Amino acid sequence: MTGAKVLLMMGCPEVPIQTSIALYLSHKLTKLGFDVTVAGTSAATKLLKVSDSDGYYAKKLVDLDKTLEDIIEKRTDFDMCFAFMHNDSGMTYAATVSAISQAEMYSIVFGRNAEALAETIEFDCEKIVAQDVHNPSRLKNKLDKVMEEMVK
Amino acid sequence: MSCIEQMKYEILLERISFKESRDYIEKNSDEVYYVPPGYKIFKDYYIIGIPPIAVGAKGNALIFPYTKPCHGSFVLSIENEDSIKEINRLREMGKEKTTTPLKKDKPLESSRASLTSYQDMWKKDI
Repeated sequence: MTGAKVLLMMGCPEVPIQTSIALYLSHKLTKLGFDVTVAGTSAATKLLKVSDSDGYYAKKLVDLDKTLEDIIEKRTDFDMCFAFMHNDSGMTYAATVSAISQAEMYSIVFGRNAEALAETIEFDCEKIVAQDVHNPSRLKNKLDKVMEEMVK
Repeated sequence: MSCIEQMKYEILLERISFKESRDYIEKNSDEVYYVPPGYKIFKDYYIIGIPPIAVGAKGNALIFPYTKPCHGSFVLSIENEDSIKEINRLREMGKEKTTTPLKKDKPLESSRASLTSYQDMWKKDI
């Protein structure tokens, strides 16, 4: 899978663990040899830019809506997509990517309503669910297992 | 920023779930068409949504869902020269494919049947 294109799709950054998990996942996947692009809303990308000002962890940082437009217009696509979601909008964006992209989908569902939100997902994906808001440890551990499976 | 935010629009519903936006459009439009995620309207807005995405026509107004990552889904209505063109485009597509308009006086069962057939069509197209 080395060189495979991975999209990390961040939604609204209201829930704190999104930023830390996005940086962690971007760095780990890059170290494993994946070609990682992180897409987000304006606020989500600003949080990442300030946290990772030299672009050490997230090397390719792009606008979420522009990325979707590029996929729809077939200017780009990805092999895998990790979609962050803690609200209905995040799930709606992920459902859109599932429909327009060939990417294998991973839904990272977090926040206080994570379990209920995960049940509303209708598209094919692997769900990584943690009902956490501030503490990223449980989600990190679950993602470590997913990454182990990816490189087997 | 898409062109939508620079147009004159009316917000019919705000900060709702995507499914609520679909239900509203189905119940409050004269004609309902179903489009795939990424369907482009008004030059540069690609509709974000869970298929099947309902887009409605009410008179000359186009009624459609608009999803913002931090604010949920909205139902917007735009009525101008471009909305008439968009409605005509949907009607043309409806003639060619299975996006037959659903009149709101049709019974619910026939509406559901059409949604299923649309999903099958949509999967084949992609």
